[in-house]
Amino acid sequence: MSTVPVEPVVEAPRNYLNASYGVKSWLLTTDHKRIALLYLVTITILFFLGGAFAVMIRLELATPQGDLMTPDTYNKMFTLHGIIMVFFFLVPSIPATLGNFLVPMMIGARDMAFPRINLLSWYVLTIGAVISISAAVMGGVDTGWTFYTPYSTTYSNTYVTLMAVGIFIAGFSSILTGLNFIVTIHTMRAPGLTWFRMPLFIWSHYATAIIIMLGTPVIAITLLLVGAERTLKLGIFDPALGGDPILFQHLFWFYSHPAVYIMVLPAMGVVSELITCFSRKRIFGYSFVALSSVAIAILSFLVWGHHLFVSGQSVYAGMIFSLLSFMVAVPSAIKVFNWTATLYRGSISYDTPMLYAFGFIGLFTIGGLTGLFVATMAIDLHVHDTYFIIAHFHYIMVGGTVMAYMGGLHYWWPKMTGRMYPEGWAKFSALVLFVGFNLTFFPQFILGYLGMPRRYYAYPEEFQVLNVMSSAGATILGVGYLIPLVYLFWSMRYGERASSNPWGATSLEWQTPSPPPTENFTVTPVVTEEAYTYSHEAPEHV
Amino acid sequence: MADSRVLPLGEAEWGGGVSPYAVGHKKLGMWLFLLSDSLTFSALLIAYSYVRIASDQWPLPFHLWPSIAMATVMTFLLLSSSLTMAFGVAAAKRGDTRSAVRFIVLTILCGVGFVVLHANEWMTLIDEGVRLWSNPMGTPLFGATFFTLTGLHMAHVASGVIYLAVIAAGLPGNRFHHEDVEISGLYWHFVDLVWMFIFPLVYLLSVAP
Repeated sequence: MSTVPVEPVVEAPRNYLNASYGVKSWLLTTDHKRIALLYLVTITILFFLGGAFAVMIRLELATPQGDLMTPDTYNKMFTLHGIIMVFFFLVPSIPATLGNFLVPMMIGARDMAFPRINLLSWYVLTIGAVISISAAVMGGVDTGWTFYTPYSTTYSNTYVTLMAVGIFIAGFSSILTGLNFIVTIHTMRAPGLTWFRMPLFIWSHYATAIIIMLGTPVIAITLLLVGAERTLKLGIFDPALGGDPILFQHLFWFYSHPAVYIMVLPAMGVVSELITCFSRKRIFGYSFVALSSVAIAILSFLVWGHHLFVSGQSVYAGMIFSLLSFMVAVPSAIKVFNWTATLYRGSISYDTPMLYAFGFIGLFTIGGLTGLFVATMAIDLHVHDTYFIIAHFHYIMVGGTVMAYMGGLHYWWPKMTGRMYPEGWAKFSALVLFVGFNLTFFPQFILGYLGMPRRYYAYPEEFQVLNVMSSAGATILGVGYLIPLVYLFWSMRYGERASSNPWGATSLEWQTPSPPPTENFTVTPVVTEEAYTYSHEAPEHV
Repeated sequence: MADSRVLPLGEAEWGGGVSPYAVGHKKLGMWLFLLSDSLTFSALLIAYSYVRIASDQWPLPFHLWPSIAMATVMTFLLLSSSLTMAFGVAAAKRGDTRSAVRFIVLTILCGVGFVVLHANEWMTLIDEGVRLWSNPMGTPLFGATFFTLTGLHMAHVASGVIYLAVIAAGLPGNRFHHEDVEISGLYWHFVDLVWMFIFPLVYLLSVAP
């Protein structure tokens, strides 16, 4: 297109974006869709901030010598990368943006059960983020994102307390969001939308909300105890006063392992939507996929001890935790098998969201299977605290969660903005991301297996080739994230106008205009069928 | 779902309280909050038990008189307050605002009595030299766990008192529904329940020999 088409001057129909204007109409909104966009902006900023720290890490590791920064600075870089990404990007990512936007729409409701609490949760997250970023700016934190005691309580001279306060506050944002989801899903479903007619996205968010409600208070009180130990000499993690540093690890991982599922369950929900839509098929084994989310939520609370195999936990406890960790693989595998079975004989189209869904399945499988390696005590002794662990959880967190997040963002972008994104660029960047991701993290599996420990700013020369590969991959990965940032912004103004249902999908959010009106539905939808009643028809494009 | 029938907007019940669960938004929200909060206390109680078992000289500072006797009175006060709260909820449900307010005020008085006795207990221990980081009787951590656990609980009781006061003040002017009274009751019973764990674990297991 060389000339800009002249758009006919038609008054756009009332929707949630043009219902009111001005900063105040956004900062005081109780519309879940606008709150989702507020979250989207916040989280995108935090993602690129966390990414900037990753850039510093990969730059330092491009050479074996520690030549770019001091070891202290390096410690702060990986700590801030972890903290920002885990607590301020991954945990809120899909639930707070896509979940906030879609949970009420998918169940045919006009808003969340507690719209004002919903807005409050965004403010709380923002305040937590500002405090944590100010801790980073004032001098940073060097404990690793795990805050292991006694280093974090006794020895570190960095802004641990302030950072802990920031994360503590952000935790309340999670709790409020989770509470809102559960109440909304329980009480506000449209007539006819029974539990087993709900889209799987809703099931996975329900399971996520359960984990949030049960796990987050524990990390909150634990980080508070760390702060109190630094300021008031509380001593609960200090052996000199009768405490125990291992106790911290138990409490920390009681939340932080389930938190992995807080991050990945919503991603699984997104993938279920994408796979069914782009293979035009009913999901294979609906109730198994739905209930496996709940099973994962329950099992996730019983496996934290696999982080303590080398921490002085009893061998017998370790064996039990190892066994239970293997059990989590069962519901996870059920999902992967059922997605694959859904693809079988489907009429598959390779739109961008589907490319991300494929990326998710492949990368999550690698991440999940290496999870079984590290759940095996004998192998974990060898690879514990090496780059194998780094590679493993980045395959889950980035290869899984971020891929699904990107896929979901593209899939629902027309609904959120009323505009299509440029398909060519989107496919290109999905490919770039996939290549960049694997080049970054696959070499880390090998590095870890060869024995390169994590958190070191210098390393023996024999590891350089793989590290350079990883750093090069990170560059490609970075480009893969910048391209969508540009074209998604671009499309908000110049993208093709989207129809109400550009993908021919079946769930309720597609039965209302794009972008939706403030009240979501002009008439209350009534659901008479199961989810995913696709027939083998190609989607009508735009 | 593709061919859903449509109903005019507003015919569906949006405020919750519909079948099959028949629970309103606020009540379900309170239940979930309490579920979440119970994990906070669980974490602290388990941490306390963990360090206590790991220690071979855990202090046993509570004499039958006055500490245990006072703690028993406190327990009695809290348990009675749950009873008066239940009466208050029932009265509010009947629409008998006057006696609902009276029962809630009784509940508040029990709560205040609890906090006063508890603060007195704290002062006694502080006089005996118990600090967050040390104490004359044994493992230094005793003070930290005691003050954290009971302090967090006391904060809950105190906020409960304020919460109930707001409800009692607004009830005569019809600013609250009877379900709001029930929801505040849920919170109050929860605070009571938590004490039923703290009392044996912290006090009864630490009676001075």
